[in-house]
Parts: sequence; C-alpha cells; structure tokens
Amino acid sequence: MTGKNAQNCNENYLKYVKQLDPPTKHFKNCLSAFGVGGLICTIGQFFRFMLEYAGLSGDELAGAVSVILIFLGCLLTGLGVYDRIGRHAGAGSIVPITGFANSVTSPALEFKTEGYIYGTAAKMFTIAGAIIVYGVFSGVLVGIIYYFL
Amino acid sequence: MKKGNTLFFETQPKIRSYAAICGSKEKEGVIGSYADITLSDDMYGESTYEKAECKMLSNAVRLAVEKAALTDADIDVLLSGDLLNQIISASFAARDFQFPFLGLYSACSTMSEGMLLAAALIDGGFAENCVAATGSHFASAERQYRYPLELGCTRPPQSQWTVTGAGGCVISADKGDIRIVNATLGRVRDWGVTDVNNMGAAMAPAAADTLMRHFKDTDTLPEDYDMIITGDLGALGSRILKDLMWEKGYSISENHVDCGEIIYKVIEDEFQGGSGAGCSAVVMNSYVFTKMSAGLYKRVLFAATGALLSTVSSGQGESIPCISHAVQLEADL
Repeated sequence: MTGKNAQNCNENYLKYVKQLDPPTKHFKNCLSAFGVGGLICTIGQFFRFMLEYAGLSGDELAGAVSVILIFLGCLLTGLGVYDRIGRHAGAGSIVPITGFANSVTSPALEFKTEGYIYGTAAKMFTIAGAIIVYGVFSGVLVGIIYYFL
Repeated sequence: MKKGNTLFFETQPKIRSYAAICGSKEKEGVIGSYADITLSDDMYGESTYEKAECKMLSNAVRLAVEKAALTDADIDVLLSGDLLNQIISASFAARDFQFPFLGLYSACSTMSEGMLLAAALIDGGFAENCVAATGSHFASAERQYRYPLELGCTRPPQSQWTVTGAGGCVISADKGDIRIVNATLGRVRDWGVTDVNNMGAAMAPAAADTLMRHFKDTDTLPEDYDMIITGDLGALGSRILKDLMWEKGYSISENHVDCGEIIYKVIEDEFQGGSGAGCSAVVMNSYVFTKMSAGLYKRVLFAATGALLSTVSSGQGESIPCISHAVQLEADL
C-alpha cells in the first residue's frame, strides 16, 4: 500500500498521502466567494451612487469609493472581523480592494510589538509587497505591449 | 542498560508531580477540567503573545515544583524548549529560577525528549530531581510559521491548530506513582513530504519507526500497553500511522490515542486537531498522568512527534524531516 519496501518508497508514500487528502469543497467555496465578493462590490457600488448623488464624478468619484472601501477593510481587520470573513469567503474577500487593505493592516498590527519603525513600518508590506511588485511589473509589461500594438 | 536504541533505566525514575496550563480554546476540550490553570485571556495579562507563552511555561514549571513540595534548591536541572526561534520562551522562563537550565529543541517532541533526558540523568546518578517542561502558543507560532493572525486567508483542510498551553513535570529519583521504565531514542525520518500544512503525513513515518523499534527492543507488542500515545499527528496523521504499523504487522488501532486528535472538542477551524509542543505537554501533564495516578492506565507508551522544519527550509522547497522519541511509563498500584 504505502510501499516502504519498494525502491520508490517516497514516491509511493506521497501518492498514498495524496489519496488520503481531505477533498477541498470547490463548489461551496466558489459559491461563498461569489456571494461575499459580490456583496463587497455591491457595497462599493452603493457608495458610488451616494457620492455621485453628492456631486462627485470621474477620477474623484472612483478614488473616494476606493478610499472608503480601504478604510472599511482596515477597520474590520483591526476589529478582528475580516479574518473571520476571509476564513469562509476565501477569494471573495481577498480579491477586492478590501483584501489588499487587510494584507497591509494585518502584518502592521501583528508586528507592532517590535516597534513602529522595524515592526509596523518595515513588516507592513511582507504580504502586500509581492502584490505591489508584480502588480507594477505586469502593468509595465502590458504598457509596453500596448505601446507597440 | 541499552538494547538497540532503547535505554532501560535500572532505577526507574519517577514522575513526582506535574502541572499544566492551557488556553481558552483548549479549556473546552477533554483536558479542561484536568489542567491546573486555564486562561480566559490568551494574552495572560502580558503585552505580547511571546511573553504570554513564556509566562505560561514559567508558571507550569513553578507549579510542578510547588506540587512536588520542593524548592528551587532541590531541583538539579530544568530541561525545556519550545517552538520559537532560539527557544526564547524556555530560556526566558528559566530566568525566573535558581536552578540550571538545559535548552532543547525537538519541535513538538520536546516533552518526550525532556522526559527521556531527565530520566537518563537521574538513572546515571547525576541528578536527583529534574524538571521537563515545554509549551507553545497559537498566536506566536502562527506569526513565526504562517501568516499574521488577522489576515483573512482560508486554512486548508489538512491543517492543524497550534495548542496554547504549557506543561511540565518533576522527575525524581525517589518519590512518585508513575515510573519511567525505558525510552527509545528517535531517528530523523523524511519521506519527502513538502506540504507544511500536512504535518501529520510528514511525522507519521518517524512515529512508526520509533514505535516499531521500541516494540522490537523491549520484546513487547502493542497489546501489552493500555495506551499508546502520540503527540500531534492529528486525525489524518493517526490514520497514516495505523496504516504504516499495520503494514509491518503491528495493530495499534485498539489502544492508540493521539493528543492532537483528542485535545479539541469543537472541530471548527482546527480540522485535523491540535499541534505544537504544548499539545502533548498539556495532555500528558493533565489528563494522562492524572488517570495513571488514579490507576486507570498502568502501562503507557508516549511517543511525541516533532517536525524539524523552519520557514527558511520550507521556503527553499526542502522536505520535512521528522523525529519521534518514545518513553514507556508504568504506574504503581
């Protein structure tokens, strides 16, 4: 079964372990991600309508909506609610801008014990750093392609 | 006396007293009513989780020494370790005491390694009373090995939950109900598992290796034990261990218990159960020793398992080497 005696014992063992892995509930995860992600976007859209009604437009409007959502993401992270949402929603709460806010705020909070400079400030981008680097990088790449087209 | 990798203790050092402290989540489980102190606040009144872990460990040692009716001067050495880098909890906790300290690192198998070394020191006549203790904290382990606490990510179904708790026991040459009869030294086993979320699968081969060598060296069979306890394999790892043992002709499904599998009552985000150095330390030093003293279990084999990885090694794609030390305990009646 696990084939300890066989020559390829590690391979057999890994195959056996893989077969025992509890299955990930893809359908349920997709459903809750869709629900929660959609809800976050709907809330964003609600703020957009409200601000539009208040007289904002164009870039100002888009910026203001983002700022509100980032603020809410940070607030919920600080209150210890966002990780609970994320545990069930998965990609639904990671992909929107609130997820990005969460990935910056959570290490900032966590490493506060190591001081404001070497803790909070330096460790703030341990997770978000990767998103920023590759976000900017792919932006540049797409920009170059666009330039030549 | 030594046979294979098993040490037989002539004087059979005894467990004189034991103490355990556990967190709020652990309190809900089976060990809640057996632990000496249960925390309602996981910070334990400290400003950081690391300090809380250190305080738990220190208090567990203090309590065990007090329960043994001994003073600092009677203790020859403290054998302790934990999961944090440079074993800070153990060495910082040792500041509070007047006796010498030997730092250990054996990940989650620190409890059995500590007991084994303490018994060897006493049996060799180099010590009268030793303390073996270890602990872990969910929040500090999470921060070191995984992600910040508040990060909203999902936990994979193979994962385990690091136990918040600390346990320690005083091992002594003369007094005590529970005797340490022999101990099998572990070998580092690595069967190529690289998934850091699947510690059970990584550690099961090490546990199987140690248990089988123990049975061979002591001429015993799994049926000879009232209970075979592993540290923190979790539900999945326990199943793999049973399969591995069964393949070699040992059936342990009757009397095998895994500390990680039994420690939590509510399966919410813990998935496969508890893990961490504190897992076996808390369960052994509360539930198991209490029941052994009461005469419910007479012969127990305790094999804690440890995954010897670091964030650097797993980041570089290395597989997970694991170890397991076994200690055989018998209760006098």
